[in-house]
Amino acid sequence: MPVILQVSNLVKRFGSLTAVNDVSFEIQEGSCFGLLGPNGAGKTTTIEMMEGIKMPDAGEILYQGAALGQQFRIEAGIMFQNTALQEFITVREIMVQFSRFYPDTASIDELADRYALHDFLNQDTRKLSGGQKQRLLLAMALINNPRILFLDEPTTGLDPQSRRNLWKQVQQVKEQGATVLLTTHYMEEAYELCDEIAIMDHGRIIAHDAPDALLAAHFDDVVVQIHAADIPREIGEREFHAVYRNDNAHIVTGDVNRTIEQLLHLDIPLDRLRIRARDLEDLFLELTGKELRA
Amino acid sequence: MWNRIYALFVARNLEFVRDQSALAWSVLLPVLIIFVFAYAFTEENPEKFKVGLISGSTAGPAATIFTDTRYIRFIEFDDAARNLPKVERHQIDLLFDPASNRYWINQTSPNGYIVEKLLVAAYADSAETLQKTLVEGDEIRYVDWVIPGVIAMNIMWGALFGIGYVIVRYRKFGVLKRLSATPVTAVEFLCAQILSRLWLLLVVNIVIFIGMDLFVDFRMHGSYFNLLLVFTLGCINLICCGLVVAARISSEEVANGVLNLFSWPMMFLSGVWFSLEGAHPWMQKFALILPLTHVTDAAREVMIDGAGIIQISDHLLVLGISSVILLFIGARIFQWE
Repeated sequence: MPVILQVSNLVKRFGSLTAVNDVSFEIQEGSCFGLLGPNGAGKTTTIEMMEGIKMPDAGEILYQGAALGQQFRIEAGIMFQNTALQEFITVREIMVQFSRFYPDTASIDELADRYALHDFLNQDTRKLSGGQKQRLLLAMALINNPRILFLDEPTTGLDPQSRRNLWKQVQQVKEQGATVLLTTHYMEEAYELCDEIAIMDHGRIIAHDAPDALLAAHFDDVVVQIHAADIPREIGEREFHAVYRNDNAHIVTGDVNRTIEQLLHLDIPLDRLRIRARDLEDLFLELTGKELRA
Repeated sequence: MWNRIYALFVARNLEFVRDQSALAWSVLLPVLIIFVFAYAFTEENPEKFKVGLISGSTAGPAATIFTDTRYIRFIEFDDAARNLPKVERHQIDLLFDPASNRYWINQTSPNGYIVEKLLVAAYADSAETLQKTLVEGDEIRYVDWVIPGVIAMNIMWGALFGIGYVIVRYRKFGVLKRLSATPVTAVEFLCAQILSRLWLLLVVNIVIFIGMDLFVDFRMHGSYFNLLLVFTLGCINLICCGLVVAARISSEEVANGVLNLFSWPMMFLSGVWFSLEGAHPWMQKFALILPLTHVTDAAREVMIDGAGIIQISDHLLVLGISSVILLFIGARIFQWE
């Protein structure tokens, strides 16, 4: 697959803070690339430089081998984290306005069908719910049939059902051949949608690969998860080096049989025991020492 | 490019027309002001007696008695001929040259009649004789004089705040950021804003002009085309001022402060409400750098004197050149975020 977007040695400073520190990666055409990290890791600054919204202090961004220019703006679809829309105009009017910005556009009725906008197409943009606004913003980002779609935390603040719907819609965009770049702090979202992920912390990329490859490279063990109430913290930490989070003790082990034997021997109740493979959340915690949504 | 400008132009027009409180305000304010001036002040001229005095000559004793009279405002002029229209239009009650004991008076002016009595009384015991010259001309009511200024002022508020505030609000809430992620360029965006505001301001003020003419029947001696030209150039100039203010600011409070800093001096120092005739010279010089002065003066010259393009060309030139400069600066320093 050819490279559609290439980022080299990107640096962005705000006063004494280096928000993005020497970041480099490439995005293959037709793939979905995920930028992961906790709040303040530099994801949004990085994506905004790639969108041409912020100017980097150093480094280079190439779209199809050339600096970001008018061609990029015509071919890119962008959905920001927070966007205010012009007031006193309706959803249809704003779609018409945006469609006039581009030479080649999707049909507004088709987009309205696909993203369920019909119910509020003639409503003032100020009167939309969170989910409706998010669907409209996605439709606006797709109005130019983009070759590359940027989504900055597209599902933050959405209920689980709306989130799943949005994932389905992003999958459809991918199936039509567009490249997708998204930032998220939902691991499940990254795992579901992305072919490749880069994990950022303190403005740097600390890991970068396909999700499964990253997990395979870092882990050959599993997690035995027991409800925190069933295993006293001092026993868990002393005997099993358990990590306590989200009401559970997480015991990492390469030998499940032996761990269960030990737990039985200590009379730990196993009714609420669960065994799971290591996931991106674990990887993130291991790499940064931080919860992803901290 | 034109498609993109048109898209932004339409969206901005819809926003303006549907924001009914703002629309109502921009129409109601000048109507209210003109009603107040038409009915509250036309009966009673707010000015004191005003006498023009040709300076640069030594006055005799009788003339000195007259010029020492209290409660008359004496305004010095260099030249009699150039200032005769002021007597004709009742802007001054009498013009007096102490060196030659000559005076000019409009017979239809009630104030002129009283001031003339005082002048004649001052010369009663003197051997010198006064020379009287009558001039003719209609009285310019205060409302005739103030209407061009009120319309110009309405344009100023609409242009400065209509452009400045809207762009700053767009920037603050991220509307500009969203637009910057499209092929729309800064110049296209600014052109659309200028065109939209220009067209809306002209329509609103033409409606006000026609409405006021029906109620007040003010003086309009010049060509409507010239007046439209003056107001159009004035709109563009003040819109460009608004663009420069809004080019980078992202806080509505700061924008409000800066816009007020621009607009209030123009309100009072551009000769909208009272003539700057007789004001301190530095104030008169300062007024010349304010675009509203040129819009008001040019509109007055067209409406009251029936001035043609040539007579108002100095004002048009100042407005035109400074618009180009302001637009250039605004576009150069404009930032989406």
